[in-house]
Amino acid sequence: MSSSADAVQPRRGLARPARIGLLLAPALSVVGVLFVGGFALGVAQSLGYQPFLDGWRWSTDAYTTAWQDPAVRASVGLTLRVSLLSTVGATVLGVAAALLIHRTRRARRLLTAVFASPLPVPHVVGALTMLLLLSQSGLLSRVTHAAGVTGTPAEFPALTADGFGVAIIAEYVWKETPFVGVVVLAALSAGVDELEDAARTLGAGGLQRLRHVVLPLIAPSVAATSVLVFAFTFGSYEVPFLLGGPFPAALPVVALQYHQDVDLAARPEAMAISVVIAVLVAALVVVYLATVDRFVRRVR
Amino acid sequence: MRRSVGVGVLVVGVLTPFVPLLVWAVSGRWRYPSLLPQELSARGARLLAEPGSQVLSGLVTSLTVGAAVTVLALAVGTPAGRALGLYSFRGQRLVRFVLLAPAIVPGLAVLLGTQVFFLRYGLADSVAGVVLVHLVPTVPYVTLVTAAAFANFDVGYEQQARLLGARPLQVLRHVTLPALRPALMVAASFAFLISWSEYVLTVLIGGGAVQTLPLLLFAYARGADLTLAAAVALLLVAPPLLLVAAVSRRLPRDHGPLVGLGRL
Repeated sequence: MSSSADAVQPRRGLARPARIGLLLAPALSVVGVLFVGGFALGVAQSLGYQPFLDGWRWSTDAYTTAWQDPAVRASVGLTLRVSLLSTVGATVLGVAAALLIHRTRRARRLLTAVFASPLPVPHVVGALTMLLLLSQSGLLSRVTHAAGVTGTPAEFPALTADGFGVAIIAEYVWKETPFVGVVVLAALSAGVDELEDAARTLGAGGLQRLRHVVLPLIAPSVAATSVLVFAFTFGSYEVPFLLGGPFPAALPVVALQYHQDVDLAARPEAMAISVVIAVLVAALVVVYLATVDRFVRRVR
Repeated sequence: MRRSVGVGVLVVGVLTPFVPLLVWAVSGRWRYPSLLPQELSARGARLLAEPGSQVLSGLVTSLTVGAAVTVLALAVGTPAGRALGLYSFRGQRLVRFVLLAPAIVPGLAVLLGTQVFFLRYGLADSVAGVVLVHLVPTVPYVTLVTAAAFANFDVGYEQQARLLGARPLQVLRHVTLPALRPALMVAASFAFLISWSEYVLTVLIGGGAVQTLPLLLFAYARGADLTLAAAVALLLVAPPLLLVAAVSRRLPRDHGPLVGLGRL
């Protein structure tokens, strides 16, 4: 990967470490200062540090308060449920759609384009579409009314602003299924047909080929994308805010709400919630990178 | 047969959510329980084009922020992509982790702690502050995409150009940039799209003073005028769809960059 640059010494100019340092400096200063620094500041503020204010002291009170806070407790359940169900839903549907599209011969380009169309749609727009589709006076409720199943909006089940998070999950599954599917499709087009042909020649049936040839080949992509979907849905704000109810609210919604509270005493708790979200997702990033590395090593 | 049922389910599932959006955008009146609007109207389109409207100024703000973020993210992220793609060095894994983590770790959770400093140093409630904070999720994608391109880039071309007497800027302009053009286009599209779709970081640092289109749509989605909300949603969704259609055939086979689409 690095051979060409390493092999030839630059004719003149900087030594190699200085060169690399200079190339990395702008990105590391932006990302380092804002991201790493921001995280450090968040941790400090969750432990009592109050910038530009006197009279603060270090303490772990914010974590204790958050742990005992009924709003946070309810929120953890909702956030985990929504993220897990969205991840499982998007992964299963994404893999199924990728297998289906991969085997379709007719109009495959068009089908792929249609399948991928939710990808670039901003989540704010996705949330609005789910509101228009799933709310009690939304399109689905009108369809059940026309079919004679429901008579009034109130008879239609509350799918938005509900305690379970149905519309939130629907939005995530709609947006993230193509994400999983497109990545899996890329993995499938990297030579799965030849391997399947070989397995077929050796007498493997359809299910056997799926289990022993196709699934192992796409497993790294599936693992990586599901980690990314979980991480994203766990820390996302606008979708649960627009589609969820006020209680329980998703963790990022609670965090921003406490942060914006006029009472500054709620801020450390907001920071504590944020730190927990960030640490959990960062742990997932490590898992993700390990997965990718293992995959890369296996392929080479 | 079974396959065509599957294809049918897939197409209906993907496209159904677009239906109420499209219908609401052109409806004048659409009361429950009617399946179709009582009245069609061009009011949605008129609201978008109205001179001096919130939507137009939101569009200008979104385009300004997006353009600035794209240029800066390319300027900051491409050199890092060169370092990661061309060289192997000590601490590379750590650098890679730090530069790519913001693509995955939720920005709100990490940047909440910086808001008080943006306020203190006069960057809050300003376009400059919003552009700066949008660099956090965008620079990683530029780095990711350009690192993949630099890994396949032969620096021998640059060295030959230098030997033939080209100055560094000439090498950049006539050798390096043309060789990287597809990757830079993809990286620029990602940076623009991520900035264009960003909501919560804009709220956190812009404090409502920087009204981009996602902020307006967020407010309209909670209001009573669903025609306005749907029209703004279409305005917000059209550029990304067009942009992705334009660059999708240039997307590298390596699926890494697609990760960006997951978070829009």
